[in-house]
Amino acid sequence: MQLVAENLAVDRGERRIFEGLSFSVAAGMALVVTGPNGAGKSTLIKAIAGFLTPSAGAIRLDGLTGEARPVREHCHYLAHDNALKSQLTVDENLSFWWQFMGAPRANIEEALERVGLPGIGELPVGYLSAGQKRRVAIARLLLNERPVWLVDEPTSALDKASETRFAELVHEHLDRGGIIVAATHQALGLKDAQSLGMGTPLPNPSPQGGGAHESPTT
Amino acid sequence: MMALFARELKLATRVGAGAMTGVLFFLAVVTVVPFAVGPDLNLLARIGPAVLWIGALLASLLGLDRLFQQDREDGSLAILLMSEHPSALIVFVKCLAHWAATGLPLIVAAPIFGLFLNMEAKAIAATVATLAVGTPAITFIGAVGAAVTVTLARGGLIIAILVLPLVLPSLIFGVAASYGAVEDPAPFTQPFIMLTAVTLFLAVLGPLAAGFALKHAID
Amino acid sequence: MSDISAKSRRPAPPKPASIWDYANPTRFLGLANAVLPWLAGAMALAFAAGLWLSFTAPEDYQQGRSVLIMFIHVPAAWLSMMCYSVMALAGLGTLVWRHPLADVSLRAAAPIGAAFTFLALVTGSLWGKPMWGTWWVWDARLTSVLVLFIIYMGIIALARAIEDPLTAARSLAIVTLVGFVNIPIIKFSVDWWNTLHQPASVSRFGRPAMDAAFLHPLLTMALAYTLLFFTLHLMAMRNEILRRRVRSMRMMAAREAS
Repeated sequence: MQLVAENLAVDRGERRIFEGLSFSVAAGMALVVTGPNGAGKSTLIKAIAGFLTPSAGAIRLDGLTGEARPVREHCHYLAHDNALKSQLTVDENLSFWWQFMGAPRANIEEALERVGLPGIGELPVGYLSAGQKRRVAIARLLLNERPVWLVDEPTSALDKASETRFAELVHEHLDRGGIIVAATHQALGLKDAQSLGMGTPLPNPSPQGGGAHESPTT
Repeated sequence: MMALFARELKLATRVGAGAMTGVLFFLAVVTVVPFAVGPDLNLLARIGPAVLWIGALLASLLGLDRLFQQDREDGSLAILLMSEHPSALIVFVKCLAHWAATGLPLIVAAPIFGLFLNMEAKAIAATVATLAVGTPAITFIGAVGAAVTVTLARGGLIIAILVLPLVLPSLIFGVAASYGAVEDPAPFTQPFIMLTAVTLFLAVLGPLAAGFALKHAID
Repeated sequence: MSDISAKSRRPAPPKPASIWDYANPTRFLGLANAVLPWLAGAMALAFAAGLWLSFTAPEDYQQGRSVLIMFIHVPAAWLSMMCYSVMALAGLGTLVWRHPLADVSLRAAAPIGAAFTFLALVTGSLWGKPMWGTWWVWDARLTSVLVLFIIYMGIIALARAIEDPLTAARSLAIVTLVGFVNIPIIKFSVDWWNTLHQPASVSRFGRPAMDAAFLHPLLTMALAYTLLFFTLHLMAMRNEILRRRVRSMRMMAAREAS
């Protein structure tokens, strides 16, 4: 399995965010997308998740057996928002996603245990702190089997201990042959990750390319 | 999909969500009419079906802006749309749940409001039947309005303006069928069948269009 | 008022006296638990007496047996207004004296008041069917009660819409008081509207001085209703305090779950 982007260009409205972007990530590998604000990190994640149609180039997932399905259906997406309902309890939130996403992997108790929040299932999400909500959102990734994790600033609002715990989960996912694409300011504690530095935002409007470059550091 | 339906219902009935508010608004509209036109029972009985329809229509428009907005704000919408389920089906299920939480109570309350308007039993039964068949259309077409205004902070009013002209057919056939049941020369079956057809048509068109619009609302 | 929220609003109140003692929810719960059995017992007695008097009351020459409905209907209508007055008082308590229990009292009274109003509407409608030949007429009294019912439901909807009790308290108090000030104006304008369109189809009764045979059961029932209100109100306040405790305990649990 391999996540491949070829000569990718994405526009938002009139503005070209980046172009000429190519990379490939093999199974068991992580791609860490870094760069200043506005460089298009989140945009790239959203393009892989299928919410922005590339103006040029393509994203595909090679080497999968079975019927061809869009890339997004193989992905877990952890955006800035946690996708949790504050009126519902943690259990209700997670069990919804667990049922809705299909391909169950872990049960809710295990997942909460892994993010260091055992026994909070009955509390409404609205009562939790920002860091706790983020960890519940991370627990969602563990519930269902998806080979590709798209994570956008996953460790925002997390303290050091939770960051370490998240790094463990990331390594585990990679060891099982998963792929991770992470847009982040902070290092995720990944020892051997490809990194993709996204340059300064393209001038607007920008006909010339070179907004992004790949620098594998494996 | 059952999970989605159950979640939507749960959210609609939890503290902070106003499934009851629609019925109250309906009651307020029905109560206001006699103050405006006078308490003449014969007149009220005559305009009863129309008042019930207008009240139910306005009440159904109320909660539409919440259909997708909260899901978009908390990021759930993106994840819902990434799943293998087609977006139109997701919208359809959300519409059904929304209707069950907000439209169904209106229909349950409508007979009581019919008594306020001195309507005879047959007229009440006919109006309730047309409301039951007709109000889902408001939700389905409302989903389109909710989807295109999902990024707007104050989309509620715009939705009402967008949706009202589009639900005119339902209003026309619904009221016509209600009158058809009580006033002799007017037919009941014909407009009722048309009303059903409009609802079924919009049950397909609405979710397809709304699903398409939502995909472009995530960015 | 939960312990936490009370603390956050007023830092350690000075040693309170008299009624302020019961501002402490724990002490209030103790009092409520002690008083409730007696209140409930008195209510049961009053209801037994009231119902017995009602059913042994003579038939009205004009209304026949349906005069019985009056013994249920009239006290319910009275209580619907009394309950709103209690809520308005509680609203004042929240805004002026900041009494922590005032908000609990307001919130607890609203559904009870709505229930009494609903009972008044239903029994009025049941009474109207044989009298007027229709379930509902836009009679000034009935219409005013209907408007009161809508006001009640609006307050309940607002209370349900705001999850944090402290935020809700002020808004609820303001809406209740504005409604209270407005009720006489509403009542007056509804009366005026009604005389403007005097519906000819409605037969109206004069209001002769009430015979003692009817007055006694009516007043006994009114007493029973009042006791019922206070019993339910105390129970609802107790529940509201416990509900807020559960809420703050859950928040505490969330804070402690690392």
